Amino acid sequence: MSAAIHPLASVIAAVGRSISGVQVRWAGCCPEEKQRIYFANHTSHLDFVVLWSALPGEVRARTRPVAAEDYWERGVKAYLAKSVFRAVLIQRRGSAQAENKEEARAAARTVIDQLAEAMGEAESLILFPEGTRGTGETIAPFRSGLYYLAKKKPEVELVPAYLENLNRILPKGEVLPVPLISMLTFGKPLHIGESEEKRDFLERARAAVSALRGKGES
Amino acid sequence: MSTGLLSYLARLVAITRWIPQVQDPQLAWLFGGVLGILVLASVIGAVLAETTKSDAARATINNLNARTRAWWKMCAIFALTLLIGRIGSLVLFGLLSLLALREYVTLVPTRRGDHRTLAWIFFVITPLQYYLIGIRWYGFFAVMIPAVAFLFIPTRMAMSGDTEHFLERAAKLQFGIMICSYCLSHAPALLILSIPGFEGHDARLLLYLVLVDQMSDVLQYVWGKLTGKHKIAPLVSPNKTWEGFVGGVLTATALGTALWWATPFTRLQSAGMSLVIALLGFAGGLVMSAIKRDVGVKDFGAIIEGHGGILDRMDSLCFAAPIFFHLVRYFFVP
Repeated sequence: MSAAIHPLASVIAAVGRSISGVQVRWAGCCPEEKQRIYFANHTSHLDFVVLWSALPGEVRARTRPVAAEDYWERGVKAYLAKSVFRAVLIQRRGSAQAENKEEARAAARTVIDQLAEAMGEAESLILFPEGTRGTGETIAPFRSGLYYLAKKKPEVELVPAYLENLNRILPKGEVLPVPLISMLTFGKPLHIGESEEKRDFLERARAAVSALRGKGES
Repeated sequence: MSTGLLSYLARLVAITRWIPQVQDPQLAWLFGGVLGILVLASVIGAVLAETTKSDAARATINNLNARTRAWWKMCAIFALTLLIGRIGSLVLFGLLSLLALREYVTLVPTRRGDHRTLAWIFFVITPLQYYLIGIRWYGFFAVMIPAVAFLFIPTRMAMSGDTEHFLERAAKLQFGIMICSYCLSHAPALLILSIPGFEGHDARLLLYLVLVDQMSDVLQYVWGKLTGKHKIAPLVSPNKTWEGFVGGVLTATALGTALWWATPFTRLQSAGMSLVIALLGFAGGLVMSAIKRDVGVKDFGAIIEGHGGILDRMDSLCFAAPIFFHLVRYFFVP
C-alpha cells in the first residue's frame, strides 16, 4: 500500500512549482494511475520536485524518486529523501567499485532487485538514468539500471520526460534558485523489445528524452 | 438571520469608511466607469458569440471573450490593491516587475556564470527599487538602477569569470532590468508625488495612467480589427496597422481628455498627457514585439488567458509610466 503524502512534501512541491513556474505538457500520454517508470534528463536538484509536483495528487502518492545513497544518506538530506519523499536510495557506484565482473554484476543485481521490490504491484518510480546532474547542454549516456529494470518489469510503462531550463533556475553547485520559467514535457511511453540489446535500448530511451527538447514551447 | 447579515454589512461599510480612497467620490466614478466598460465589453462579446457563424471569425471572438474575462480579473486585482493604498500598489507592481523579468530572462539566453547576478536582480535590486518608493526616497529611487545597478551588474558578472559573449549578456540583463523594474516602477511612484491641491488623491493619477494606457491598447486593437488595412511595420508586428494606430491613439486621447476632472490637469493638459501616454504605449508594444521577433516567440508567456504573458500586457505601460511620471513631476510638483 502507498503511504499518504508527507505534508512537508506538498509544501516543497508547491514552492518548487512556483519557483520554477513550470509549464507541463503531456505530449505522448495522459497522467494516469498506473504503474510507470518516469525517466528524465537531470540538471538540477529541482528536477525531481518539479516532475513529481506535475503529477496529479493520487498519482503522486504512489510515485517515489530513486536517489543516490552516497549523496542523500546524512542529516537533513536523509530526512528529506527517506521520510518526506519516500525515496528509494540506491548505491550508484556499487558496480564501478567492484573488484571483478562477477562482483559488479552482483552489485547491479542487488540494486535492481531493490528497485523492483520498492515498486511492488502499484508504486511508480522517477529515475534519472544519467546518474548525475549535467549542465543542460547535452544529455549524458544512460546508465544500464534502466535497462535491467525494464527487463525485470517488462509490463511497466517507461515514460520519457524532458525538463527544460531547470539548469538555469538552480544549477549544480548553487543554493539560491532564480525564478525563471521551466518546461516539462512527458513523451510517449516505451517498452523494451524482447530481444533488444542493452546498448540499443539505452540509446533509444535517451533519444526519446532528447526528442522532447523544444516541444515545451507550443 | 437577515438582521444579523444587515448589521454585518453595516459594520463592513463602517470599516471601509476608514479607507481614505473609498471616500474619494471621483475615484469611485473612475471605478464605476471601468465597471461600465467591462459590462459593455462582456455584453458585446456575448452578442458576437451568438451571431458569428464563420470559423475564422469565431476564433477571433473566442479570443476577444477570453481577453474580456481576463480583464475582469485584472481590474479586480488592480482596484483592490489601489484601495489598500500605497503598500498594496507597491506590492502589486513589485510582483508584476518580477513576473515580467522572469518572462524576459527566460527568453534571453543566459549562461551559468550569470546565476548569481540574476539572483541579485530578482532578490535585491528589484525589491529595493520598490522599497525606495515606499520610503519616498526619490533621489535614490531615480538613480539606483541607472547608476548603481548599471555598474554593479557587469562587475558581478565579470567576477564570475565567464567572458563568453560578455558584453551581449550584460547588455541584455541591463535592458531587462531597465524595462521590467525601473520603467514599470514609475507607475506606483506616482503615489509619492506631492502635487499641491491634489493631496491624498494620488491613486486617481495612477488609475488615470493605467486606464488611458490600457484603453489605448484595447482601442488600437479594436480599430485595427475593424478597419485595419495598411500595416505599419509588417516585419515587426503584423497586427499593427495605421488605421488601428490613428484610431486608437485619437480615441484614447479623447477618453483621457474626458477624464480631466479626476486629475490635477486642465482639459488641454489632460489631452496632451493622454496623447503622450497613448503614443508611448504604442512605442512600447512595437519595441517589445521586435524583441519577441528577435528571440523567435509570439508571446512572452501564457499566464493571462488570451493576452499572453505579463510582459505582453505591460509593455505599453513600461514605456508610458516613466515619461508620464516625469512630465507630472516637472510641471506639477514645485
